[in-house]
Amino acid sequence: MTLEGVKKSYGGGKSPLVEVLHGIELQLVEGEFAALLGPSGSGKSTLLNIMGLLETPTAGELHIAGTATAGLDDAARTALRNRYLGFVFQFHHLLPAFSALENVMMPLFAGQGRVTPQDRQRAAMLLQRVGLADHAAKRPVQLSGGQQQRVAIVRALMNRPRLVLADEPTGNLDTQTADEVFALLHELNREDGTTFLIVTHDQRLADGCPRQIRLLDGRLQPDGLLSPAPSASGR
Amino acid sequence: MNFVWMVAWRLLREGRFQTALILAGVSIGVGVIVYITAIVSGLQANIIERTLSTQAHVVLRPADIVNQAPLTVPGSVKLADIAKRTQRENTIANWGGIVARVRGMPNVSAVAAMASGPGVAQQGGVRKSVVLMGVELEDYQQVVRLDNKLQAGRLLLPTGTALIGKELAADLGLQPGGRLRVQTATGGSQSVTVGAVLDFGLKDLNKRWVLLPLREAQNLLGFQRDVTEIYVKSERLFEAESLAANLALVTGLTADSWQSSNGQLVTALKSQTASSLMIRVFVTFAVALGIASVLVVSVVQRQREIGILRAMGTPASRILAVFLLQGGLVGLFGSLFGSLLGAVMAEGISRMAKTEDGSPLFPVALDGELFVTTALIATLVGVLAALLPALRAARLDPVVAIRG
Ligand SMILES: Nc1ncnc2c1ncn2[C@@H]1O[C@H](COP(=O)(O)OP(=O)(O)O)[C@@H](O)[C@H]1O
Ligand SMILES: [Mg+2]
Repeated sequence: MTLEGVKKSYGGGKSPLVEVLHGIELQLVEGEFAALLGPSGSGKSTLLNIMGLLETPTAGELHIAGTATAGLDDAARTALRNRYLGFVFQFHHLLPAFSALENVMMPLFAGQGRVTPQDRQRAAMLLQRVGLADHAAKRPVQLSGGQQQRVAIVRALMNRPRLVLADEPTGNLDTQTADEVFALLHELNREDGTTFLIVTHDQRLADGCPRQIRLLDGRLQPDGLLSPAPSASGR
Repeated sequence: MNFVWMVAWRLLREGRFQTALILAGVSIGVGVIVYITAIVSGLQANIIERTLSTQAHVVLRPADIVNQAPLTVPGSVKLADIAKRTQRENTIANWGGIVARVRGMPNVSAVAAMASGPGVAQQGGVRKSVVLMGVELEDYQQVVRLDNKLQAGRLLLPTGTALIGKELAADLGLQPGGRLRVQTATGGSQSVTVGAVLDFGLKDLNKRWVLLPLREAQNLLGFQRDVTEIYVKSERLFEAESLAANLALVTGLTADSWQSSNGQLVTALKSQTASSLMIRVFVTFAVALGIASVLVVSVVQRQREIGILRAMGTPASRILAVFLLQGGLVGLFGSLFGSLLGAVMAEGISRMAKTEDGSPLFPVALDGELFVTTALIATLVGVLAALLPALRAARLDPVVAIRG
């Protein structure tokens, strides 16, 4: 995935026009495990949503797997999203009406419109991999926060995406659970070669990542440059 | 397993209270529609059947004799003169050929010739004015059922017998086997034996109708071999008017359909049909609005889940389909419950309300077709009602749901 001069503004019309991202240049390398750091309000979620084709940039270009995405209609963007991208959100965002297994299958189900027994097996296998084989039939409300997040993580993997975008996946977990979830993400990256971009403002967790991308007030800090601790205020 | 079906079904099942509410609404609406339709069509079928039980669907009579247009005075134009003159006893000659031709026409199921005219029935010094109707019993019964009208005697009409209405039988103190004398204004007079006593369902007919063998009636009335009417039964009751027009054209006779001979009844039936249609249309609208409003609320409540599904790569069209299907399912299941409800209500009322003779006052017409069409319409209305909420769901911005 490549971003070239991506800008994003909100507002206009009656409310004042605010530019949140000021020209982002970024390239993600296949198989890498990158952390996206930055203080609250710096534009991390906005950037992630743009990369996830959920929002369109005001300016600039975004390539996914060699495809330019500017000007694509909703159906094409949805198809790309379904094919290449997996999402993990801060609040697990599992569907309460469906069992853990069904939630895991959902990206495939949603994209193809149907699932085969093999797909079901794959979903069960993924759940087993994160130690939730016994919880496959349970609804999200019957699971703990850590379990829910693990279900959400394997759901993101269901379609064998090229890139998983995780927005503060450990944001509302206790430290120990957060460590476990992070370790799991690492493991999945190593074993499958799936690319991960993980938003966090926990420096300790980011330190475990081979690549750290820093965002400050809508601008990327040069890679590897040590910037002030994210706990410090934005400016 | 199909995504759209599965998700639609789950969302309905999960939103128990709303689903129950919307189903109840659809059921009641459909119940009312089924009930009204069953009662009204039952009632109408019954009225028509009663009315037509002694009538032919189409009656052919001699063409009217109209005055010849007088010579027009130069300078003036006479467009028409439709004043009739006295219709002399005008009969149909050579009716055998006409009957054969009419029998061969489409939408004709039976034909019977009749020679009828006024007469007097006399017995033991009592004289009653009657209508003498000469028929070939076999043919006549094809057009007007008699077996269900038989009170006493046998349905046979050999020479020298007559079939009479029950009021006349009572007035003259007659039973099958009894004798009476029939006379006509032309001087004909004959003594006949009562073959059977019939109940035509109307007091006036029971007082007046005397069925005689065709040959005897023709002799009594002085028609030679002519007849006065040809009765036609049509295969499709409600196409009698077009059949009549057709017959008039083909035979050159005057043809009256049952609709034109029962104008008031037809008008009453039409306005009843119209008002029951109005009720059905309004109830359908109310049901559609109910479905739409509950689904709109459901879309708002499920905003987050819809956003997640969209973010995971569910095409907008599939979200649209999920909500349309929910509307359709609600319509379908609501119509099943509603049909049951309506059928139970209609049956109940027909059991409760009876006429003095014990037959139901409200005969109900509950046929499978009613349920099938109701289910189809309800499903369609459900889908249409879901259109607005479904579009709203499909257009939801996933980002809003995810940021929230
Ligand atoms: N839909 C929106 N309309 C207007 N402003 C927005 C919208 N979404 C985000 N913003 C603004 O963009 C900035 C970046 O937000 P965000 O990307 O969520 O930051 P982060 O995830 O780093 O905390 C914030 O100042 C936020 O108020
Ligand atoms: Mg954020």
